[in-house]
Amino acid sequence: MAKDDTHAYRLIGTRPNRPDGLDKVTGRARYGADMALPGMLHAAVLRSPHAHARITRIDTSRAEALAGVKAVITRADLATGQSGEDWNLTENTLAGEVALYDGHAVAAVAATSKFIAQDALALIDVEYEVLPHLIDVDDAIRPDAIALRPGSADASVPDGSPANVVKQIEFGHGDLDAGFAAADLVREGRYLTEATHQGYIEPHACVAQLGADGKGEMWVCTQGQWYIRKMCAAVLGLEAAQLRVTPSEIGGGFGGKTTIFAEPLALALSRKAGGRPVKLVMSRSEVLRATGPTASASMDVKIGMKRDGTITAALCDFRMQGGAFPGAPVDMALFCALAPYKLDAVKCIGQDVLANRPKAAAYRAPGAPMGAFAVESLIDEMAQELGLDPLEVRLKNAVREGDKSSYGPTFGSIGLVEVLEAVKAHPNLSAPLGPNQGRGIASGYWFNHGGETSVTVAVSEDGGATVSVGTPDIGGSRASIALMVAETFGIGYDDVRVNVVETGALGVNEPTHGSRATFASGKAAVISAKAAISEMCRRAAADWGIEPEAVEWIDGAAVPAGPNAGQFPPLTMAEIAAKMGETGGPISGHHEVTAEGVGASFGAHVVDVEVDSETGKVTILRYLVVQDAGTAIHPAYVEGQYQGGAVQGIGWALNEEYVYGRDGRLQNTVFLDYRIPVASDLPMIDTVIVEVPNPGHPYGVRGVGETGITPPLPAIANAVAAATGVRLRHLPMSPPKVLAALKARG
Amino acid sequence: MSKVHVSATVNGDPVEFLADPRESLLDCLRDHLGLTGTKEGCGTGDCGACSVLVDGTLLCACLVLGVEAEGKTIGTIEGLAQGHELHPLQRAFIDHAALQCGFCTPGILVASKALLDQNPDPTEEQVRFWLAGNLCRCTGYDKIVRAVMDAAAEIRGA
Amino acid sequence: MARVHLWAGLRRFTDGAEVIEVEGATIAQVFAALRVAHPGLAPFLDGGVSVVVDGALSTNRHAPVGVTSEVFLLQRIKGG
Repeated sequence: MAKDDTHAYRLIGTRPNRPDGLDKVTGRARYGADMALPGMLHAAVLRSPHAHARITRIDTSRAEALAGVKAVITRADLATGQSGEDWNLTENTLAGEVALYDGHAVAAVAATSKFIAQDALALIDVEYEVLPHLIDVDDAIRPDAIALRPGSADASVPDGSPANVVKQIEFGHGDLDAGFAAADLVREGRYLTEATHQGYIEPHACVAQLGADGKGEMWVCTQGQWYIRKMCAAVLGLEAAQLRVTPSEIGGGFGGKTTIFAEPLALALSRKAGGRPVKLVMSRSEVLRATGPTASASMDVKIGMKRDGTITAALCDFRMQGGAFPGAPVDMALFCALAPYKLDAVKCIGQDVLANRPKAAAYRAPGAPMGAFAVESLIDEMAQELGLDPLEVRLKNAVREGDKSSYGPTFGSIGLVEVLEAVKAHPNLSAPLGPNQGRGIASGYWFNHGGETSVTVAVSEDGGATVSVGTPDIGGSRASIALMVAETFGIGYDDVRVNVVETGALGVNEPTHGSRATFASGKAAVISAKAAISEMCRRAAADWGIEPEAVEWIDGAAVPAGPNAGQFPPLTMAEIAAKMGETGGPISGHHEVTAEGVGASFGAHVVDVEVDSETGKVTILRYLVVQDAGTAIHPAYVEGQYQGGAVQGIGWALNEEYVYGRDGRLQNTVFLDYRIPVASDLPMIDTVIVEVPNPGHPYGVRGVGETGITPPLPAIANAVAAATGVRLRHLPMSPPKVLAALKARG
Repeated sequence: MSKVHVSATVNGDPVEFLADPRESLLDCLRDHLGLTGTKEGCGTGDCGACSVLVDGTLLCACLVLGVEAEGKTIGTIEGLAQGHELHPLQRAFIDHAALQCGFCTPGILVASKALLDQNPDPTEEQVRFWLAGNLCRCTGYDKIVRAVMDAAAEIRGA
Repeated sequence: MARVHLWAGLRRFTDGAEVIEVEGATIAQVFAALRVAHPGLAPFLDGGVSVVVDGALSTNRHAPVGVTSEVFLLQRIKGG
């Protein structure tokens, strides 16, 4: 789709090489586990083999006696007396009286080598009293279910609710009964999704050092160094300002690296080992067992539709378990599930439920893919039953600017209609389909997020610019921020360097989450650059002896604003910078804000599949992502987000799931068994970038990272239904499930 | 356990190190030789982030013992470029935006080089199946496959 | 007076009211008025909520609220 013609950008919208590309193709880029320090010790973690067990005795003396062991820690080495999320983080860092899931950390060791640390784990004596466990979300809310953590429910949960409900949400508007009464067709269904893991390829890793004086440092792969600092300080009882956290390059996160898992263990071990640095690197099975996957969900949806496709009412009742702690994203699932539809009558109810699983973390558009699976599947079924084109049904009910959203607020500038029109125009929609092949479409939504943001842009002595941001670069944000800063200054892309800095270098920043890095750090960087430009104009004015208001900034230089300002040759950024020491000192711009003006992003996906009736295997034949980016600053990395989100969704839809045995232990703890999509599973992923600029960002950015994982789950389910006539309402649609459904069909 | 002296050639240079007999080649490369470009994503041979060439054969370094490197010729990501001259695959990955987080990139580049060394003109399907042992979670593989095909064409002079 | 729309789950704390009219020139003042009128809302207001004023998400508790403003309270929105 054509860019807004009024904005002819010099650099924005081009595809230069990313600044960190050379380091990353040569192996020079340093990730979490690539750091080593003098005197460094190595850590290993002892984990509960039980899904739910009381720890009756723990004796570390034999481990401590092993030569080379420098520290052994248990829960007694963490802070006490916290409440709320700090308490939950502490409970999750090391089990207290009760181990709450298979893989829950119980103790940790630091030793002079990895092997000694591992050997020491076998010398820690732990006695468990195994307790009954709960894994499935619907089992966990049965009246006879054991209460996993009494007292965990917050005030939102009404008295008399099931024991493991810790949070309840309910919202809506309009007359639901009248809405359903006005419908020609009312259908309902229950939809189930299994827990999946973000599956970043880099396991969590850090090197931490903490002295008896409470001062410490940490090198860590994280999406948010300030979040790590605050959380570690809470769990260990430290002053946040005394911890200096430096983010390494990060090998993927997708939300899973916005919180802490093993990081406080490394700090506590260092403190106990006399302040020697401790390196802690999780294994893949530790990552799968004991970091934060997403929730599993059980979702009931009821929708009323008129013969022409108009939706008259919608009711969602979702339950999610996010492990043994509050935090399943049921609220955001409900906000997003019906967001693409203009609804006069809507009601949403959700429950966050405890189970004996690891503490859920955010996973790309947390909750939204599950909710979309339920709603978009049912809408597809109803369109089919009424003989309507599912794309036309979505267009007919699509929200536009000024519409009240399903979750309350009114939408500002949004691009859903533009997205659906672009889908309609795409050649993939007319590609011929063969036997056992089917096409599915679905929409998706994510809010995007602003968040706490602090950025500095410093003019360098030769007229370039150094940008300090606090949002780690996961997918090319250095490139997009450099493009925006260079565009603003009127200098070259290569004249800008963007550094991701440690906690001492800026004010507090939220992590790279909520699709916010290019939006929020980018916006703050542009405002910072403009502040630096104002100062450069002021210096030029002083040089020329005219008023600062009489100076303009054009193409990287200060120029007199019009003939009345006087006749002076332009002063370039390099010329002003070269003399800045003699004209008042260093020039920089700084901006910090909780960023507002967020622009939501809608997307729609179209997928063609073929279902093998012998094996039940679903093959993706063709895949199209259409999504509103606002403005694509670096289109190649926008496409990359679309493609990556789609493929994570494909994995979730077809194959990925946490598989538990009857003993409550996770069965698939390596990549061989927790199988994520590989290159040979996939076709090329076609993309269309729709650009409906966000008025809340100087260059129109919306944020693109998350929406793309939302439509694939239902789009693929809809395609499988179209190919086979069988509707699968329980993900993943793995070959055994598909085959069983085909057999039941006959 | 007493350590074993190992002599090998890595990226054309003679190296010596002392390996614990339990240590993987991956750990030896990273911890003893400082070659941290080779990554550990799983430790079980499933993700390909530690892909290296041992006597010309593509292997997961996490599945090879360090002591097995004795007398072998090993190629890692650090040996792909010649000084400042990037290998065409490296250039293609930057040009095509074929990396996001970059963690799988060294392994994918080493694996792709092994493919092109034996098949200079692979089809898309051959690239996809060859790289099926190299997991990437960020890109969806689209731009990776395009980059490999493009680099192959460049090397062929097509 | 600003009209504050609560999510339905909060009605238990407001005697069933889903929309509450309160005085307040800023979000912080609106929150203070809500706390006085319905003390049961305090844990939610303290625990972190997202606030939408006249359609726009507002994160600054000192942001102005007009006399005819529509204010929506939502469970806190975060991301991955």
